[in-house]
Amino acid sequence: MGQFGIGQPVRRKEDVRLLTGKGRYTDDVHLEDQQWAVFVRSPHANAKILSIDTSAALESPGVTHVLTGADLRDGGVKPISADMNFTSREGKPMFKPERRIMPVDFARYMGEPLVLVLAESLEEAKAAAELVALDFEELPCVTATARAAEPDAPVIYSEHGSNVSVHWENRAPDEIDAIIAAAPHKVTVDLVNNRLIVAPMEPRCAVAAYDPADDRITLWSPTQGVRPAQASFAQLLGIPKEKLRVISDDVGGGFGIRSKRYPETAAVAFAARKTGRPVKWRGDRSETFVSDHHGRDQVNHCVMGLDANGRILALRLETIVNVGAYCGDNGPRLPIDGGGRIIPTGYDIEKFYFSVKPVYTNTVPTDTYRGAGRPEANYIMERLMDAAAQECGLTRDEIRRRNLIPLSKLPYRTQMNFVYDSGDFVGVMEETLKAADWDGFQARRAESEKRGLLRGIGIASFVEQAGGRPTEEMRVKLGADGAATVFAGTFSHGQGHETVYAQMVNDYLGVPFERIKFVQGDTDTTPPGGVGTFGSRSSMMGGVAVRRSCGQIILKGKRIAAHLMQANAEDVIFEEGLFRVGVSSVTIEEVARAAADPSKLPEGEKPGLDESNLFEREADLMNFPNGCHIVEVEVDPELGTVQIVKYTAVDDCGVVLNPLLVHGQVYGGVAQGIGQALTEDAVYDESGQLLTGSFMDYGMPRAHHFSHIEAHFDETQPCKTNEIGVKGAGEAGACGAPPAFVSAVCDALKPYGVKHIDMPLTPERVWRAIHSAKPRAA
Amino acid sequence: MNITLTVNGQSIARDVEPNVLLADFLRDHLRLTGTHVGCDTTQCGCCIVHLDGKAVKSCTIFAVQADGSSVLTIEGLAAPDGTLHPVQAAFREHHGLQCGFCTPGMVMMGADIVRRIPGADEQTVRHELEGNICRCTGYQGIVEAIVDAASQGARS
Amino acid sequence: MRNFDYHRPTDIAAAARVLAEREDAKLLAGGMTLIPTLKQRLATPTDLVDLGRIAALKGVRREGNGLVIGAMTCHADVATSPVVREAIPALASLAGQIGDPAVRHRGTIGGSVANADPAADYPAGVVGLDATVITDRREIGADDFFTGLFETALEPGEIITAIRFLLPKRAAYQKFRHPASGYAVAGVMVADFGDAVRVAVTGAGPSAFRLDAMEKALGASFTPGALEGLNPDALELLTDMHASAEYRAHLVGVLARRAVAAIA
Repeated sequence: MGQFGIGQPVRRKEDVRLLTGKGRYTDDVHLEDQQWAVFVRSPHANAKILSIDTSAALESPGVTHVLTGADLRDGGVKPISADMNFTSREGKPMFKPERRIMPVDFARYMGEPLVLVLAESLEEAKAAAELVALDFEELPCVTATARAAEPDAPVIYSEHGSNVSVHWENRAPDEIDAIIAAAPHKVTVDLVNNRLIVAPMEPRCAVAAYDPADDRITLWSPTQGVRPAQASFAQLLGIPKEKLRVISDDVGGGFGIRSKRYPETAAVAFAARKTGRPVKWRGDRSETFVSDHHGRDQVNHCVMGLDANGRILALRLETIVNVGAYCGDNGPRLPIDGGGRIIPTGYDIEKFYFSVKPVYTNTVPTDTYRGAGRPEANYIMERLMDAAAQECGLTRDEIRRRNLIPLSKLPYRTQMNFVYDSGDFVGVMEETLKAADWDGFQARRAESEKRGLLRGIGIASFVEQAGGRPTEEMRVKLGADGAATVFAGTFSHGQGHETVYAQMVNDYLGVPFERIKFVQGDTDTTPPGGVGTFGSRSSMMGGVAVRRSCGQIILKGKRIAAHLMQANAEDVIFEEGLFRVGVSSVTIEEVARAAADPSKLPEGEKPGLDESNLFEREADLMNFPNGCHIVEVEVDPELGTVQIVKYTAVDDCGVVLNPLLVHGQVYGGVAQGIGQALTEDAVYDESGQLLTGSFMDYGMPRAHHFSHIEAHFDETQPCKTNEIGVKGAGEAGACGAPPAFVSAVCDALKPYGVKHIDMPLTPERVWRAIHSAKPRAA
Repeated sequence: MNITLTVNGQSIARDVEPNVLLADFLRDHLRLTGTHVGCDTTQCGCCIVHLDGKAVKSCTIFAVQADGSSVLTIEGLAAPDGTLHPVQAAFREHHGLQCGFCTPGMVMMGADIVRRIPGADEQTVRHELEGNICRCTGYQGIVEAIVDAASQGARS
Repeated sequence: MRNFDYHRPTDIAAAARVLAEREDAKLLAGGMTLIPTLKQRLATPTDLVDLGRIAALKGVRREGNGLVIGAMTCHADVATSPVVREAIPALASLAGQIGDPAVRHRGTIGGSVANADPAADYPAGVVGLDATVITDRREIGADDFFTGLFETALEPGEIITAIRFLLPKRAAYQKFRHPASGYAVAGVMVADFGDAVRVAVTGAGPSAFRLDAMEKALGASFTPGALEGLNPDALELLTDMHASAEYRAHLVGVLARRAVAAIA
């Protein structure tokens, strides 16, 4: 294994380009003759559209076209229909309202796009958009999660008669309830998993052009995978997917929301074909706040029964999830398939009941956001474990030690039918306790106290699932010059795939690192079976497909090398870029050169060393990244402010392909988790207005919110269900950070009898927790 | 309005409308798309460039205000032979970037911090980054990179 | 944003002339508030008068027992000026806490004071340090200057040229930052002039205000303990999604005590 091989902290190939301003993001695409698009959005949270008058806008200077939902409908644009079908225990199907690209009858959330104005300049389009006359009849609206599920809440879709899409349950509750009722110890926690705005730093945008010669639309858009985008937008536009080329060059962060079917993107693509001129839409940040899908937004009622020794007997969870005005691509799937299936996380619990009620509200749809259901599930479990420790009179590490699935029980089949193939949950926790100097905490607490600060320590042990969709295609090509190109079906939007796949190809084929090129993000070159990057899947799905592509190259290379050396292919050994038989050898470069020359090939061998692999995994054979995070905080009891002073993480991501980059994934996940726990909260008022509508009001975490994160890997338990031993890394931090942080703050406030504070732990909430408890504590 | 300014060492003369922001002037008029726009409230810092040697948010300045000034963007930070500025090099070394969108602003801010506060320590750098938002990195590599560059006594 | 005519006078009289002649002309100082407002189309002036090229409006100088800061002096220059740091370190500290470094390179003292944002830092400095706002027409005392939410005693077309601060014996500014915007959820300037103590608050009410009870108490005993029980009445303070009036009242008390403790 060389300097650039697997496991090395190789510096990124991407960086020089991105550090010198040579990145190419969608908004950098500038087409001659392009029209600028501006969307007119609903000013109401719930309203019947009475009329749309575009005549004044059409006459405004510079305006070229004004399109409404009716134009799109008449042009064959289909509504977005969610691809999922959950049923209730009685077999009742879920309710999924129709989502039109731009509705003509009702607007269901403030900011829903209704009219598309095109003009020669952005300024002209904006000015004309103000002239579109919309007439509405306002209807009662509902925005709050728990409220939407109440029987007397305004019902958004009267045809369904309730805001609850479906009442999903994993089983009947009776047996569980009986066990909990008889349990020696019982704990109950009620939790809010706060709604978040994803806010990747590149605002959403789209550019589209139509070529009448081949009747094809080219769409530039930030995605997390161009193949699914091609399929879904072609379906929405009612055209064959060959008639839509999707290009994503550099993408400024994804975190789950990029891969979604957004109405604006479809409308821009439609408009380019309809008007015959390119269209460019540059979403500004205020627009993306109200129209990008949001994340999380659950309320949870959780009950757990334990025996006299603090061993969990049974668990009962009830979740209401706010899916927004429509069923997003993954909305209700998140708590059920994403979160629900990972219960009971790392704990050995055989009996549990889980109920989910997705509710419609007059808010933008919620969808996948880093972790997609798993952070919520881990938060539930970890808050329950902290409560159980207190109830049973055990320390927080001891209650976990007694309940975590021991290494000896692996492989472990969960009640939700996942098989944990590998993972030393107890061992990882012990490592973290040691690395964080858990035992030495009291001295640090005393030291903080001298400075008037309350110090707390918190712990979270988590397990998540990674791998996502079960297929992925990658292609590796060796040119006649011996240089390699990886054509990726996955899609890097910050993860550093250009570097990691090159490390793999360097390792497997011995091609020099600097001679490995990378191509992604264009349906003209992306392998047809490409899926993309989400659900922490690229290392496993893309990685295995790269390895197998390289394996195919070696197999063919052996046949060619054997022919060159006049030997039998079965006798050829491939090692470190050399094909050898006995004392003779040829380099892979020589074989690549020969491969391009038909005269040098064995009979019947096709020219070229160009192999693609479509890796198909058994759907449930995901991998299960896990870890333990320990946070220390200092609380200023007068102000209620919380400062992180120490953060220790041990993550089991299986085999680490590039520690530099995997650390980056951990840090990023932790930062988003801490953001959720400390500063971030998307708040709608009762009228449906998003109060946190910009970075002026929505608390994005900044550099000073963090301390140095000390992260370690436990590589003792490689994944057994994929041949490279990797587990996902992208979402673990977001699972571990929120519960560990809340645990730490509650620990700091223990003298005041504080057991729980809902996220985000704003200074005022912390101050109130102290303030309201003070008389008792004093 | 006719303006003349120096951008990355080159003299530029253009006729611009008064309402054109410096960020849009750089991106749309000069096609220097390395400077990014990540918000509309002067919070995110993706658009930071140096105006007469100081870090400023180019989304909150009109191009006409830069008339007669010297502007340095991310495209002009490395040496003409391609040698990275110490802050750029440190970002690469410490994995201070992932998606790359906030990076130009971060690097330009980093170069400004290094200029103003040689030897800046971790806490100082964290606070100096108040006006720059990154969603990918948890800031760890960014902070390490700027501290490293500041310790080298790098100058912009 | 809507277009406008752009003017770049080199003296104050020329600026005043444009303001008087044009229909809806606005002054452009640092632009840190005005430009975002224009971007959101919340204001659509016909003309902008850029004060950036008027040399007379820039700079810091000592003048008798006072410190005069030109209206177009940016926050970074105030924060790092050796003159300010020697004369009124609390004012340099305040300027260094505004926004972020890039904003401080553009935003100006005159622009901030004229805008009178209820959560801006400078109003606490101006009121707390008993400053005088100097305009092209007159001088206005700090206590008379801030008249309400985004409202000041400035008349239409009046241009702030400088702010003159009195030098306190000691002063300190304490701020509780808004987690997103960086503005003050509450900010308190405490200044001891020997014969009088001033306590000015920003962020907590519609405009900067003084706390008489605290001033009297500190006049008698300049100790943090003297402020116990003297938090402002929450009924008179702002409530928003980030902080209730009750919490703001509490914050003002804590910040005032910490300011005193820092210099007592």
